[in-house]
Amino acid sequence: MQPFDPAAETGLLVVLPHPDDETFSTGGTLALCADAGVPATYLCGTYGDMGRRMGNPPIASRESLRDIRTAEMAAAAEVLGIEVEFLGLRDKCIEFEDPDELAGRIRDVIRRLRPSTVVTFYPGYGVHPDHDALGHATVLAVRGLPREERPRLLGVAVGGENNPRWGQEGGALGAPHVVSDIRGVYRRKVAALAAHRSQTAVLFAQWEKLWDVETLEPKPGAPEPDEQTRAWRKRLTEAESFYVIDPDARTLLE
Amino acid sequence: MLDRPPTRRAVEDDVRVIDRQAVQDELDRRAQADVYLHLETTTGSYTLMGPEKRPPVIAFVRNAIVNYSRGAIRGEGPYRVGLKLENGWVYADGLTHYEVNERDELLMAGYDAEGQLTVALQVSRTPFREA
Repeated sequence: MQPFDPAAETGLLVVLPHPDDETFSTGGTLALCADAGVPATYLCGTYGDMGRRMGNPPIASRESLRDIRTAEMAAAAEVLGIEVEFLGLRDKCIEFEDPDELAGRIRDVIRRLRPSTVVTFYPGYGVHPDHDALGHATVLAVRGLPREERPRLLGVAVGGENNPRWGQEGGALGAPHVVSDIRGVYRRKVAALAAHRSQTAVLFAQWEKLWDVETLEPKPGAPEPDEQTRAWRKRLTEAESFYVIDPDARTLLE
Repeated sequence: MLDRPPTRRAVEDDVRVIDRQAVQDELDRRAQADVYLHLETTTGSYTLMGPEKRPPVIAFVRNAIVNYSRGAIRGEGPYRVGLKLENGWVYADGLTHYEVNERDELLMAGYDAEGQLTVALQVSRTPFREA
């Protein structure tokens, strides 16, 4: 395991499908880069317009969700200090697109921005089909670059040990290869999550029963959080974990 | 209100609990003409991560063209809507909220206790926006 070191980076590109994926999986890492003066860009696959969470009480309809999530994304990017670009794909439908064509579009962005590290979902460990499909296309994008132009490629396994594939034969990925210590920037991550209000209102309502989201102090008399909630809290406030992906190795989607 | 900017507050105001007669009038207004349909139901994509580890069940049709001779809303809430086609039916149950947006699209949807969409049935004379 090695710590993520923003001082060793010249640019970070995060390629994930939905507005809010970047904050959940890499919000602290993005903030660390922004603070170190490392240009950080989120290439967001979709507008999240097929999400089912629309605030509580609902503040959006299926038709207005796109604009609301686009605005939330801009607010979260401001909090994190990053740039955002959209691929404009239809939410939930990425896996039905031509992966090579998608890879070409992502490769163009890598060539333009020349990041030292690209982060995406680890194909097969995304839980959501869009996550796996865009992770796969990103692997193909890096594979198609000459070796000397390739950035380091890091994958996010959603839920870590709670990932449904973990329990399968040969499915456990083991200890993460790269870990970001985000304890110094977790408030920004929490603020960026709050900016994705339509998607996170339900989660904040759950967390606020257990602990004060600002101070992380447990609420007096709150029930002991279960294992999954504790793991959530660790990813939210302490550490973001990544696995180094070899772009030449076959992905679980091939 | 005229010239209302598309603020979030406006959206909050517009997603309303179903008024049965109002929805019936809007259904009637779009009958016997080609209309674009959005029909959807979803459990969300993350059910495998939930306590019951159920696989997700999601389906949607977007911008299929239908022509209904008769459209009706039934029930006491949550509501059911059926659209009678020349050669079939469109059906949705569990509808709780509705809106007629600035593009004159009739949007009907069901939300669970946490405000999460469970079902949507939408009809419009013009195509729903695509990415």
